[in-house]
Amino acid sequence: MAAATDTLAPQARRTRPLFPRIDGGTWISVGIALMAIAFTLGPILYLILGGFKTQNQLASDPVGLPQPWVWSNYADILTAGIFWRQLLNSLLVAVGTTVGVVACGTMAAYPLARYRFRGANALFVLFTTGLMFPLTVAILPLYLLLRDMGLVGSMWGLIVPQIAFGLATTIIIMRPFLAAIPHELEEAAFVDGVSRVGFFWRILLPLARPGMVTVGVLAFIGSWNAYLLPLLLLTSGAENMTLPLGVTVFQGRYASATTSIMAYTSLAMIPALVFFLILERRIVDGLTGAVKG
Amino acid sequence: MTTVTAPAREEGPAVDATSAAGTRPTPTGNTTRQRKDTARKWAEIGLFVGPALALFLTFVVYPVASAARYSLFKWNGVQQFSEATFIGLENYARALFGGTDPATQAAFRTAYSEPFWTALGHNFAIIGLSMAVQLPLALLVALTLNRRFPGRAIARTIIFAPYVLSEVIAGIMWLIILDPNGIATRMAGAAGITMPAGGWLESQTWGFWVVFFVVTWKYLGLAIILFLAGLSGVPQELQEAASIDGASWWQVQWRINVPLIGPTIRIWAFLSIIGSIQLFDMVWVLNKGGTTGQYSTIASFMMQVGYFRNDVGFGSAIAVIMFLISLVIALAYMAVMLRGDSNSAGKAR
Repeated sequence: MAAATDTLAPQARRTRPLFPRIDGGTWISVGIALMAIAFTLGPILYLILGGFKTQNQLASDPVGLPQPWVWSNYADILTAGIFWRQLLNSLLVAVGTTVGVVACGTMAAYPLARYRFRGANALFVLFTTGLMFPLTVAILPLYLLLRDMGLVGSMWGLIVPQIAFGLATTIIIMRPFLAAIPHELEEAAFVDGVSRVGFFWRILLPLARPGMVTVGVLAFIGSWNAYLLPLLLLTSGAENMTLPLGVTVFQGRYASATTSIMAYTSLAMIPALVFFLILERRIVDGLTGAVKG
Repeated sequence: MTTVTAPAREEGPAVDATSAAGTRPTPTGNTTRQRKDTARKWAEIGLFVGPALALFLTFVVYPVASAARYSLFKWNGVQQFSEATFIGLENYARALFGGTDPATQAAFRTAYSEPFWTALGHNFAIIGLSMAVQLPLALLVALTLNRRFPGRAIARTIIFAPYVLSEVIAGIMWLIILDPNGIATRMAGAAGITMPAGGWLESQTWGFWVVFFVVTWKYLGLAIILFLAGLSGVPQELQEAASIDGASWWQVQWRINVPLIGPTIRIWAFLSIIGSIQLFDMVWVLNKGGTTGQYSTIASFMMQVGYFRNDVGFGSAIAVIMFLISLVIALAYMAVMLRGDSNSAGKAR
């Protein structure tokens, strides 16, 4: 920064700020941004507004605002209980997966980052090959394995494999993170008589929290949005399903009640969108970090 | 690394830890101390890596290896695996050209081989279209959003939002929109386009393009956000210097920003290609790849045959093919990456 700015005369900088002039180009930018926003938001708004209409309103005026606003679609779903049950299921599975991935992944990343031992690299490579094996490739044998273990229909049948498939990303992100923590800290801790395990618990974990939040957020979103595994495992009744699966079942069962489906789908979007708004920075960092790491 | 440097001797993980801790170290000095240290270290490694390794081996490695094994058998997944018939590479032959048995080859070609190639063609068409349509579109939006203007932060947030929605929920939303009596028909009608017979998704000509549109809606935000992250790493001085030298905004973008985020674009391309090969959720929610498979993917075909038609052997062969394609792409990517990085060593990311 310094080298380049020093060469600029001060008044040149004042008269020519970088880009924020309001000129034709800015308006083109705003125009493109608006088009992108309309493309993104249009379908979602249509869905949410449709939930506030009756079937007839939707047929006669699909685009406009509801006239009058009908609350019963949303109210019926929110008072029926099944939606909340599925929300809770999704939440339990996602929290279980997140805790498991972060705990197992961080623990595994610790020796891989800070111990020197034979096979350390081979072990790391083994975990990274997990990136090459998406759930889709393993799904048929995985289903049979879970069936034989009696885990079909249970939350654990979702949580445990999701932890296993989340480990690759977690370890890849956490290893450099843990390796970057200064060795002086470790030496000081050992001089003070802290064991390596104690060092991990008392010093490393607090310092690694940002990395853990990042991988946790990724694991949570992955689990929250999962479809294939729940599709095969949770076949026994809507009250056992996670939200995405529940939406498909609702859509299949009430196929003619379009506005109810719109309300159900809109409600199912809200948790993910809220989560995203709160943690946007983390999610973006996690994605770009995961991609670069 | 300042951790204890182990002597080259191998010790099984988690062995000896307790016994070493239980026996008092004799004051004879270094060797016992060192051995105790080593045993303890292996115990710790076992403790830390053990749970992850056990889960990984059981639920990732074992199923993947099983898929490779099952793919060599004729097996329906219901009977005991010991009753399955070993048929070598016949499942692969069936997928690729209808199998080697002349009696069934013609029938199998229509039933298995043609749908497989159709599905695979769709996967590759989506890859090609992603590069030809999504990449320039995402670049344009990212470069635009990289400028300062009021409301930029909100615009970024909104554009990224579809990426965090589940494919299933987004898929249902599009099912409603694309319903023959839905809003898509009405809007297209206003633009003078009549709905194809059977609806947007069921049409042989429209189905695939509509699904690609939906996939673009879902994933364009990811590309934009990644490119923006790359652009934020481009040194401001460069753009500043170029614009002072009289370069127009477009020239700055084309000559400086786009080349400098090359690595980010490559990463996105890799993610996009792998994602396109494994595309499943969205396609499945949109009527399972279409009633005639007009926008099926290899993953949806695999599920259709392997799980819902109980042909685990054949489905596993498709899974292995899918994995091999991903592997080749990953290796090719690494080769390109390594070459690219050695060429551009020292350049900013």
